[in-house]
Amino acid sequence: MANLSDDSNLGDESFNLTEISGTNFWFDQGFTRLVYFFAVITVAVLFLMSWVILHEALPAIKQFGVGFLWGQNWDTGNQIFGALPYIYGTLVSSAIAILFAVPVGMAVALVTSENFLPTSLRTILAFVVELIAAIPSVIIGLWAIFVFIPVLEPLQKWLASNLKWIPLFNTEDPSGTNILTAGVILAIMILPTMAAISRDVLMAIPKELRSASMALGSTRWETIFRVLLPSGFSGIVSAAMLALGRALGETMAVTMVIGNSAQISASLLDPAYTIPSVLANEFAEAEPGLHIGALSYLALILFGLTLAVNIGAVLLVKWVGRKNK
Amino acid sequence: MSGYIQSETDESLARELCSPLPTERVMFTYMMNAIAFGFTGLALIPLLSILWEIFVRGISGLKSDMFVKAVIDNGFGNAILGTIIMVIIGAIFSIPTGIMTGIFLAEFGQTNPITSIVRFIASILTGVPSIVVGVFAYGVIVLLTKGFSAIAGGFALAVIMLPVIILTTEESLKLIPTSQRLASAALGGTRFQTTFRIVLTTAIPGITTGILLAVARAAGETAPLIFTALFSLDWSEGLLSPTASLPVLIFNLYNDPDPQKSQLVWTTSIVLIGLILGVSIISRLVIRQRRIK
Repeated sequence: MANLSDDSNLGDESFNLTEISGTNFWFDQGFTRLVYFFAVITVAVLFLMSWVILHEALPAIKQFGVGFLWGQNWDTGNQIFGALPYIYGTLVSSAIAILFAVPVGMAVALVTSENFLPTSLRTILAFVVELIAAIPSVIIGLWAIFVFIPVLEPLQKWLASNLKWIPLFNTEDPSGTNILTAGVILAIMILPTMAAISRDVLMAIPKELRSASMALGSTRWETIFRVLLPSGFSGIVSAAMLALGRALGETMAVTMVIGNSAQISASLLDPAYTIPSVLANEFAEAEPGLHIGALSYLALILFGLTLAVNIGAVLLVKWVGRKNK
Repeated sequence: MSGYIQSETDESLARELCSPLPTERVMFTYMMNAIAFGFTGLALIPLLSILWEIFVRGISGLKSDMFVKAVIDNGFGNAILGTIIMVIIGAIFSIPTGIMTGIFLAEFGQTNPITSIVRFIASILTGVPSIVVGVFAYGVIVLLTKGFSAIAGGFALAVIMLPVIILTTEESLKLIPTSQRLASAALGGTRFQTTFRIVLTTAIPGITTGILLAVARAAGETAPLIFTALFSLDWSEGLLSPTASLPVLIFNLYNDPDPQKSQLVWTTSIVLIGLILGVSIISRLVIRQRRIK
């Protein structure tokens, strides 16, 4: 301590503890600017994307206006374009997918988050289900055509011949490529999203809630239905919304199995068409002008639809997170 | 009198407490167990079936010279090369942008309103359908250069890779304890020095796995490539001409009546799925191990 006061360095003008030398200062400034610049690029990508697609769609927007949404004709030769069959196919196939994926995804989430199985087995199971997400869409489509449809087709033929009085199955001699098959394939593809997010939601529920419910004499499944699912409800809804967003935009597998026929039919065993599929099939050969414009208009609708669903899901997750804190 | 009733209720209470659960509650438990496990088993079937079928149907046709022949000669060499080139183009744009934006999110004030807007936009970008990204790349590059090209395909892949890299970089930077940053700052390190010498060097494994995940995802994308890079049966003539890729090969040839071509589709699937699953299993295992620590 005594030495400190003798230290002449501290009083020296040339020794300044808070000084940052010139090069370092500029490095720091430059680095900060650079980071901000790249962050701005990220933000710009989304806005540029909206602007570019809007710009491409302008010819069709000017020509058809909002009426495009409920136009039912798609006639490339006569330059008449309407979006309704595609919007219908997209929404219905995604709805079927959600219908199948929610219960199965919840089952996977419950089995892998509750203590039904030893931890190591649970981790492996969750990991394997997540792997489905890594398989390219086009390979799932390939598998669907050559393996899955031959298995599913007899069931669909049975439905069509025995339950014809239900409008949902009223199709003469269905082929395997139809909106129901597309929905089931979509369900398989969005299952990892549904399962993984619901699992995170369930694991975040405090252990005390489970113990309290068990201590009051509930069985495991009564605890799940009366305590866990209600307290995780909003998280599970947002998981389903994220999965829905993925189903709406899924392209390749759906294009390969949905039959690609622009019609609106009540029967689930009839072929249909979705927005991503028509883009995949027609965009490369479309002529500049009204055809590209109409396809871009469809892309814009799809973009808006998925954006709305995803923003809703993200906001819901945020809101739930804030409430839990 | 009252004592007698008391003892009777005690007895029935005791009987209820000691007896097993009523049948309907037991049945409910068993039924739900069966449903849950049944559904979980159902969820595993597609994955196992896909892997099995592709292996069985594709392995017999796999020959080593396929890797150096173009599609026109029943090989997939040009598609592998095209996929690699386009993923590299995508990586050149998305890796610096993604890492820098990740640094911005993790290091520049986590509660800053600007940061939360950028994070919000990154998570929204994850949800943009890949076919819409294709329409975007078409509008930006194909219309500008007046032709389908590897550059347009690479640009589309870059947009798809970007949010994956941003979010994984942010996650792995967040795992680094604040005390390390404080220690660096206490020793007089500037923000640049702290970020580059301390934070980034520690986070490199995490960021690398994020990049690998993004590459795996981009390598399997078909939709944004079918009208940006298009396809070519022969070797590509350059970065500004149509370029083949593995996923588009599968999509274009899956209905081909030629048995050699349909065999090629299954063999290509083995190569593609091996590539992607290999990369994503390795990177996921690494991420998992880091989380457990």
